[in-house]
Amino acid sequence: MVESQSILGDAMPVKLVLRDKEYEVKAGMTLLDAMKKSNIVPESVIATRDGEMITEDEILKDGEVIKLIAVISGGAG
Amino acid sequence: MKCKKCGGKASVNMRQHRLALCKEHYLEWIPEQTERFIKKYHMFTRDEKILVAVSGGKDSLALWDILIRLGYEADGLYLGLGIDTSTSLSASGGIEYSHESQRLSQNFADEHNLKLHVVDVEDEYGYSIPVLSAISHRGHGKPCAVCGLAKRHEMNRIARDLEYDVLATGHNLDDEAAVLFGNTLYWSSEYLLRQGPVLPAADGLARKVKPLCRFYEREMTAYALARGIEYIYEECPFAEGSQQIFYKETLNQLESVRPGSKLTFYLKFLEAKQRGDLFIETNIERAHLHPCSQCGQPTSAPDMCSFCRMIEKAEITTE
Repeated sequence: MVESQSILGDAMPVKLVLRDKEYEVKAGMTLLDAMKKSNIVPESVIATRDGEMITEDEILKDGEVIKLIAVISGGAG
Repeated sequence: MKCKKCGGKASVNMRQHRLALCKEHYLEWIPEQTERFIKKYHMFTRDEKILVAVSGGKDSLALWDILIRLGYEADGLYLGLGIDTSTSLSASGGIEYSHESQRLSQNFADEHNLKLHVVDVEDEYGYSIPVLSAISHRGHGKPCAVCGLAKRHEMNRIARDLEYDVLATGHNLDDEAAVLFGNTLYWSSEYLLRQGPVLPAADGLARKVKPLCRFYEREMTAYALARGIEYIYEECPFAEGSQQIFYKETLNQLESVRPGSKLTFYLKFLEAKQRGDLFIETNIERAHLHPCSQCGQPTSAPDMCSFCRMIEKAEITTE
């Protein structure tokens, strides 16, 4: 957390969780900008906040966790 | 972002359609569109018996869910492939993939009181897919080629043995676009001419249909989540690094910059195929060149070449 604050200022970072990876971004930006900053292709995920799907224009709030669900499958159909 | 239908908070945004919908309207929209595609491509009617190939994945379970909601008579077929992490090349999953996908398929059938046929490849033929792959030396060390071959063979056999009118699979637009992309890269004309939403029945072959072929993979994930369908989220352990996934990722990069690219790629292909524009000698005749009436350079346009028409238009506009 201390390290995150030194990079991100006083605001609590937002966590984007995709499978076993976590990305920290600044609160206050849109989900779309956060994904772009994290090099996540928006087309390849569905974003959820507290289990509900959200669109990419959502503004990310202090300290929240956004779960990203990968959509690409190559096995099950 | 607001739902286009009710003005409430949108849950899904489909940039290629410039359409955002709330969860409730999205759950209505997907079946409505599926019905439209079933009719547009003459896939089947309500009098016909449908066998849905289910794998426990989001697409096939969503397809089964949609068909039942639309009032079609649809049973499921699950093929046990014998894939688990101990038989995979990259043990990243940590689950017994086939067992879990069968459990989820059976759960779905039980919850909705549906009939699920379960056929285990090893029980039928004595070998699981990974073992069959190792023995047959097909597929360069990966069982995907053998898996595809066995699935096509068994699905067709069972659909015919059990006298179903049609076999439906959960292929989505990303699946179709990835196959199209691969076949285009190699100009595999035979495969290109065979690809489409419907493969008509032929001697010994059941009719095969893909009712979800115009939905993005992202849309089917959203449908499964919104509907609360429990599906297998883990990748097939053999899928990691596959060519199909690479093509999908590549097309998604394109889609992110140019929304609608994947849809256009697939639909324009279907249109060209329907018109008979693909790999037909008459195209060469149609592309007959003659001199432009303005500059004399060769053109296929009836009078002036495209460049001269552009200049003429520019001159008229700026006069």
